[in-house]
Amino acid sequence: MSYINPVNCADRPAGAFLAPQEAGQTKKIGDVILDVRNISLRFGGVKALTDISFDVREHEVRSIIGPNGAGKSSMLNCINGVYAQQEGSITFRGRTFKHMNSRAVAEMGIARTFQNLALFKGMSVIENIMTGRNLFMKSNLLLQALRLGPAGREEVRHREFVEHIVDFLEIQQHRSTPVGQLPYGLQKRVDLGRALAMEPKMLLLDEPMAGMNVEEKQDMCRFILDINDEFGTTVVLIEHDMGVVMDISDRVVVLDYGKKIGDGTPDEVRNNEDVINAYLGNSH
Amino acid sequence: MFYRENGQLKTSYQADQQIFPIAQDRWAIIGLVLFAIVAVPLLANEYTFSAILIPFLILSLAALGVNILVGYCGQISMGSGAFMAVGAYAAYNTLVRIDGMPLLLALLSGGFFATVVGMFFGIPSLRVKGLYLAVATLAAQFLSDWAFLRVPWFTNNSTSGSVMVSELQMFSWRIDTAVEKYLFCLGFLIVFAVLAKNLVRSAIGREWMAVRDMDVAAAVIGIRITYAKLSAFAVSSFIIGVAGALWGFVHLGAWEPAAFGLDRSFQLLFIVIIGGMGSIMGSFFGAAFIVILPIVLSQTLPALGNLVGFEVSTAAISHAEFMIFGALIVWFLIVEPHGLAKLWSTGKQKLRLWPFPH
Repeated sequence: MSYINPVNCADRPAGAFLAPQEAGQTKKIGDVILDVRNISLRFGGVKALTDISFDVREHEVRSIIGPNGAGKSSMLNCINGVYAQQEGSITFRGRTFKHMNSRAVAEMGIARTFQNLALFKGMSVIENIMTGRNLFMKSNLLLQALRLGPAGREEVRHREFVEHIVDFLEIQQHRSTPVGQLPYGLQKRVDLGRALAMEPKMLLLDEPMAGMNVEEKQDMCRFILDINDEFGTTVVLIEHDMGVVMDISDRVVVLDYGKKIGDGTPDEVRNNEDVINAYLGNSH
Repeated sequence: MFYRENGQLKTSYQADQQIFPIAQDRWAIIGLVLFAIVAVPLLANEYTFSAILIPFLILSLAALGVNILVGYCGQISMGSGAFMAVGAYAAYNTLVRIDGMPLLLALLSGGFFATVVGMFFGIPSLRVKGLYLAVATLAAQFLSDWAFLRVPWFTNNSTSGSVMVSELQMFSWRIDTAVEKYLFCLGFLIVFAVLAKNLVRSAIGREWMAVRDMDVAAAVIGIRITYAKLSAFAVSSFIIGVAGALWGFVHLGAWEPAAFGLDRSFQLLFIVIIGGMGSIMGSFFGAAFIVILPIVLSQTLPALGNLVGFEVSTAAISHAEFMIFGALIVWFLIVEPHGLAKLWSTGKQKLRLWPFPH
């Protein structure tokens, strides 16, 4: 699939990113790209996360599962720099951080979708996805006001990139619709599109399939697998649909009450005593 | 029927990203601008210029600035009157204190100082939102009321406390008739409207709207919230400052701090709410509404009163004005929070299909 016609972006060589892997090459899981060490996060007296450690390898689909309130979204928020953890560190591609900073995280190539839709309601689909390209837009305010030279060219160039994402996600006919008017499933796609516009190395997906029907889930799975297979983007997935998780994940982390209770391949996790107890309850 | 975009196919993104992608819109706006430049000076009289058209142009300009901050970036500000005052007094001071200062540069310096003050009072926006921010920006209003009344330096030690700009001259053009003043303001408005429109449809405009709509998501996709908010304050206060300078120099000629009081801040906020938050077009609609409504009321209310045999005093008219304003604002907030601009675009949508039902 010719999804992205690479746009030369700032510090990255053209085509290094989101370019399809060489033909015929099967997905190869690489080295550890993200390493989360001993994260603890408290809100006052509430312990949201306690001593969580896990790693994510390049090109893999890594799922985080757990009952509601287990701390899955908080974990992503720590990686994104929305929350600042009290203890622990996060290493991304060899750089270790005590706290993440949202801007730096975005620049390093970590993109994110949200559990409860966090689209920009006042903007159209194209504008929402264009916002994901803002990171690469360098022309200054004055040039933008005059729309002269680089500023005008930049808009056109990034718009072209965004159109490839629109094609990929099959939302062409909704291009200029205000996002608020779209049905829920399509809004989720726009959210994914906005994240893809950042040309991420790693994509954090927070319940991308929540509240969808079977067809919509299948579409979303297809998009996630395409992104992962063809562009080699590492995916961290939070999802409640066990069928999906067990099918598409390479490895799974299980959280419960802010603690890690399981980690491994889907088969290992499925047979883990603690995980079964967390989901089905103990027999007393 | 005549408003169809059939056959207007875009073959480049550039064509698709125009301000007015539909040809009819483009012609309409060109016609309107030509009308404003050529026909209006021939048609209007002295009174229309000084009581309606010039205030309309300057208030539109100020509303444009307020709209960038409140409508596009979602930061409620009650300090607009103060930023206008800073613009007016800074422009006045640069003009009288520096020999041979050109008028244009003085007006722009008004904008520059308003930017500095605006960004300073924008700092609270980094921590507080909504009503709390509105109250924080109110401080700007009180401070400016006090400073321009009590610090003689700002008024060039004028004994009466009011300042005056006697003659306006740009290069060799002496601006003294009402028509010339009108054209001068119109020039400013057109230039700033184009610049503002370009900003809001560019990367920075999307950043402002992203911060307005969902600030956490904006931060996560790499938007620097601090930069977005402060740049909105900066751009907005610059425009408001220039509008303030024009209000003092061109419209009033001589003014006191009361000209830029809290009333002015509220008036600008009303213009933006009635006209349409987050719409450049809305600023014009709102300003036209606010300028014309009192005049219409003062003309029609006595006539209406006479019909039912009731004498309407001027005081009653000004009271009625407030009541009708209040009612309209409540009505707009409930029925159409996006204001007149939204009604306009709904109308255009309908026109595309007219006269067919579907």
